[in-house]
Amino acid sequence: MTTTMLKASSVCKSFGPVDVLRNISLDVAAGEVACLIGPSGSGKSTFLRCINHLEKIDGGEMWVDGERVGYRRVGNKLHELKEKEIARRRASIGMVFQQFNLFPHRTALENVTEGPIIVQGVRRQDAIEEGRALLARVGLGTKMHNYPSQLSGGQQQRVAIARSLAMKPSLMLFDEPTSALDPELVGEVLDVMKDLAESGMTMVVVTHEMGFAREVADTVHFMSDGVLVESGAPAKVLSAPAHARTQSFLAKVL
Amino acid sequence: MSGVLTDQQAAPAVVVPSRHTGRWITAGAVLLIVALLLYSMATNTRFEWHVVGKYLFAKPILMGVLNTMILTVLAMVIGILLGIVIAVGRLSDNLIVSKAAWFYAWFFRGTPLLVQLLFWFFLSALVPRIALGVPFGPELFSLDTNALITPFMAAMLGLGLNEAAYMSEIVRSGISSVTPGQTEAAKSIGMTRLQTMRRVVLPQAMRIIIPPTGNETIGMLKQTSLVLVIGYSELLTSASLIYARTYQTIPLLIVAAIWYLFITALLSIAQYFLEKRYGRGFSPLSAIRTDKAEPATPAVTEIRP
Repeated sequence: MTTTMLKASSVCKSFGPVDVLRNISLDVAAGEVACLIGPSGSGKSTFLRCINHLEKIDGGEMWVDGERVGYRRVGNKLHELKEKEIARRRASIGMVFQQFNLFPHRTALENVTEGPIIVQGVRRQDAIEEGRALLARVGLGTKMHNYPSQLSGGQQQRVAIARSLAMKPSLMLFDEPTSALDPELVGEVLDVMKDLAESGMTMVVVTHEMGFAREVADTVHFMSDGVLVESGAPAKVLSAPAHARTQSFLAKVL
Repeated sequence: MSGVLTDQQAAPAVVVPSRHTGRWITAGAVLLIVALLLYSMATNTRFEWHVVGKYLFAKPILMGVLNTMILTVLAMVIGILLGIVIAVGRLSDNLIVSKAAWFYAWFFRGTPLLVQLLFWFFLSALVPRIALGVPFGPELFSLDTNALITPFMAAMLGLGLNEAAYMSEIVRSGISSVTPGQTEAAKSIGMTRLQTMRRVVLPQAMRIIIPPTGNETIGMLKQTSLVLVIGYSELLTSASLIYARTYQTIPLLIVAAIWYLFITALLSIAQYFLEKRYGRGFSPLSAIRTDKAEPATPAVTEIRP
């Protein structure tokens, strides 16, 4: 029996009067790569941000690795967790952003070692060793002492992936990781993500890269207007979509 | 289009730099003015340079310099630390806290510093005893306000609390300049709010905060001379006490000015190094840090705009 890494059950979220997520239910098994696709404004990034409680959900329930995200249930009520507890849970969920969000005042290596040293209390020397290994793994062994401003977009995004991996996460979230990159730099980031998928990492990826979804994803989920329209194997959702909305979206992007 | 190129000749031409005649004329005019000023300073005996020389390192003056520096440093330390607290309060989600922080800045920026200094100095007229105890309940111990509020304390409180109001706005602008993505990235690796502020936001905000803070510090150096009204003997007070006795007003003001300029120069140098320290990573050409284990690769091949 496979364990469930992410379980979302009827998740709802609204920004004021706008319902951005409507009853999203989604299970991701350990080791699975799930790609979220859909038009912009469909709520897929918001859903991703709810998984590590950067956004609060207004309804439904969500668990990561068996632990409820952001809340504690007492009787019939959900109480939001204390800041420390939220932070502790976020530490085991990696997140990669569209705009990289590297710390500009720290070198590549310092970006990677910051979390382990400050959050996890790992010894500096151990963190540095681990950081070097991680940067070598994403192909940046020679760029450890460069500042983000001295790296290309693709290199920055690979440092950002290494920074997340340094926390030894059980789940990795990717929020359109290649959308801000020049076309010729997309490949190097997708390659790192593919390696990561092959190593057995559980990943939820919001992406517009249909090729990546087809090749790497175990499941593809199509969202539109805050609704999860269709889920299934990439071959099914991308090649033989059942819903008209999925068909018209794919007709535009493929 | 005729297709004919103007003044084209067979022989290759050499580029001659422009003459910049205007530049030479301006430079000459400036040099002339400087020479006139220097000549006047050297020949006008009323400058009384020998008096300047006599008092430049006189003990009361040196004590005044020391007191000015102590007061400047302490007032700025209070101003910066309290300023950070007020700036963070101002940006807080807690409405009461943020309004209170706004009120603080409004009040201390809105009344003259001179009034505030006098107010602290005469605090005992308003509150004869300062007590520590349970609010609205019994007091644990109390102090005579006059014993507590010496001219030094009044000067430090007056300057420091006033400065905090200005610093809070500077710090706030610095914090606001750091993009929300930085906070989100810090949260996503499990940092608490305090860790995020200390490790991610403030170090980046420093780049924006330092230049105006340098301004404030230099301003404070000279603002300390206002404490003359409450009789604390800083540099200008020391100088004025001497010229009140000797009537050598101009030379003693020159002595004070020389010291103010000297300390300002020191502060400017300190600011330069601080700016360099906190500018790290923001210029594509900033030096790549190396450690002994492994030489860094040059960044030059990788620079992107």
